[in-house]
Amino acid sequence: MQNIPSFSYLHTCSLDSLPRENEATFLALLGQALKEGARPLAYFALPKMADETGQSLLAVLAQDGQRRLLALRSIPLTSVASLTPSFPALHLFERALNEEGMELRGHPWCKPVRVAPDLRSPGSPPFPFFRTTGSQVHEVAVGPVHAGIIEPGHFRFQCAGEEVIHLEIALGYQHRGLEALVLKKPLETLPMLFECTAGDTSIGHALAHALIIERLQNRSLSARVSETRALALELERLANHVGDLGAIAGDTGFLPTSAWNGRIRGDILTMTAILTGNRFGRNLVVPGTVRRSPDAKTCSDLEERRKTALRDARGAIDCMMKSPSVLERMRETGKVSAGMAKKLGLVGVCARASGIPVDARKNAPFEDETLPFAPALAETGDVLGRVQVRIREVETSFAMVEKSLTILSALEREPVPPRPPLRPLPKNTLAVSQVEGFRGEIVHVAVTNAENAFLTYRVIDPSFHNWMGLAVALRGNQISDFPLCNKSFNLSYCGHDL
Amino acid sequence: MFGILKERLHQKYRTLDYPAKEPFLPPHFKGRPSIAPCSAGDCRVCQEVCPTGAVSRDAGGHILLDLGRCIFCGLCEESCPEHAIAFSRTYRLAARTREELIVRQGEENRTEPSRNTTKGRALFSKSLTFRQVSAGGCAACEADTNVLNTLLYDLGRFGISFAASPRHADGLVVTGPVTTAMQRALVDTYLALPAPRLLVALGTCAISRGLFADSPECLGIPDDMKIDLYIPGCPPNPWTILDGFLSLQQSPVRN
Repeated sequence: MQNIPSFSYLHTCSLDSLPRENEATFLALLGQALKEGARPLAYFALPKMADETGQSLLAVLAQDGQRRLLALRSIPLTSVASLTPSFPALHLFERALNEEGMELRGHPWCKPVRVAPDLRSPGSPPFPFFRTTGSQVHEVAVGPVHAGIIEPGHFRFQCAGEEVIHLEIALGYQHRGLEALVLKKPLETLPMLFECTAGDTSIGHALAHALIIERLQNRSLSARVSETRALALELERLANHVGDLGAIAGDTGFLPTSAWNGRIRGDILTMTAILTGNRFGRNLVVPGTVRRSPDAKTCSDLEERRKTALRDARGAIDCMMKSPSVLERMRETGKVSAGMAKKLGLVGVCARASGIPVDARKNAPFEDETLPFAPALAETGDVLGRVQVRIREVETSFAMVEKSLTILSALEREPVPPRPPLRPLPKNTLAVSQVEGFRGEIVHVAVTNAENAFLTYRVIDPSFHNWMGLAVALRGNQISDFPLCNKSFNLSYCGHDL
Repeated sequence: MFGILKERLHQKYRTLDYPAKEPFLPPHFKGRPSIAPCSAGDCRVCQEVCPTGAVSRDAGGHILLDLGRCIFCGLCEESCPEHAIAFSRTYRLAARTREELIVRQGEENRTEPSRNTTKGRALFSKSLTFRQVSAGGCAACEADTNVLNTLLYDLGRFGISFAASPRHADGLVVTGPVTTAMQRALVDTYLALPAPRLLVALGTCAISRGLFADSPECLGIPDDMKIDLYIPGCPPNPWTILDGFLSLQQSPVRN
């Protein structure tokens, strides 16, 4: 991949250093990088400049082993050939490109991404739902309003008898125009906006944003700040994983763990609240620092709570995993093969459950260091696999929380640095951040313009990649398997819709 | 079987005897703020740092803090040179009118907004069923509503539940700034509730669109849908939500 500009994941890249390739070269290089194992992090079009006839494309890829990023840029284009037929992992990026006005030639599945079916005005062509046809095929549609307290989305189960042939998912109902708002709001407000990107990943998205600003401004962090952030991120993972395991137990009909884990999740959220004042960790992470960091007394209180939560979580999870009926319900349900997971570019728990070792904590740690854990993997790719990965990660995260608390108690004398004044952003620069949230890798990509402001800001929540995984997982299953599969993926609607 | 029973004994009985006992709130919890008189003059710091424009001044120059727009980030409290703004630990924030969400400078620090305590038949005192619609909510308000069904809160003991069908509900709980794509589904769901129907705006986004007020994609709850209960917060604490729901059971319904 000598022909493609690369840079360390900790650094930024000057936009002017990226050659502007013509369409053929751009696609050839992109295809070559993907073929050689690079993972697409983002693929989008830069806003059209006044003197340009089209939009230039920008692709960012990760070479996980080397901890390097690749960036490719095209000349302004109005139309581009689709690479989805050879590299399905790009399918949603290309659909989003199309939605933003780029013509995609040869895309097999070029449907809207964030323009929900309900936005069709009367008289306009019908929403291009994928349909399975056949005299014995029937379709069950649900949503956007679902039966529980849950975000909106539209699902169409296409079935022959009991068997689901395909699950068609149409999202966009949660589209709040977040990426456009980022360009409108003052930099000081952005941490709060990103905390609302996906409420259950407040820490993850706030961290991804803070890293973007810190990388653009070349700031280094004190040990206390880094450790407080690591603590908050693992607490977020713990609360969600424990909650998800309980929800999965509930959907297998195993109520003890369902009830206990709901409460234990609350106990972990209380730890986050003790840390920040808010159960979701709002108002903690800001560029350059954290707004709060625990003193030694708080650390020892948190450590006591950690021990209790660990004991309770282990006990509750053990009961579930010793129940043959729970295990049997999860086994072979909602299966995604390793090949399919790789093809679709799945990330996070869903990828690791199929044996794909992607974990941004390993591939892109906050500082260039070797972390003492290997990504938790399962081989089966079914609900059970996703449960096993979560259980292992719960153990790792409890250990990481303990380590962070020990370090923070020892750092008691080190003050929390005040919020640094925001310097202007550098001109014409590309910055990328990767954070392993509880669902998977969160990617933020920012490009600045010649006026020291954001030209564009892109947010790629792990759900963006993984919704297609859920659709594929349901193939060959029954509609009654959906709640269980859905919980085992636990994807974000607003993280996808932005 | 015995393993489960043994574990059940370990996990104990955890439901809080609420409202007889007060819940645990974390040390830095931000509840209802109070605004002491300040020598303000030309100082506008609290207004300038507010990310949602929740802080303003009335004609007399007194500071007003609109809890319906506040996301409880605490920047006004931190930046005030005279420490005039202070967030208390009062978690009872729900109000029956939009006006009651405005905190005025120098006003007596009320422990909670006044409740409609008119004697009358409390229609929903024994049973209150909601339907919930998320319309652009970030899932935090939704999560802290869902959590009311867990053991600590045990919503069901108050006779309050969430129904799958709007036909079975007395009230609709709305979260989120109401995206353009969700407006129709929201109105359809609301109209599917049998009248008299209650409407609860849960969270700052539902009340005022919060941080999304300047997005063309977010429309807010339509004006002709009359809101019966406002529960402010980003997201509101579960106890704030529960207290708000209980307040609906204590007073007659207007419409």
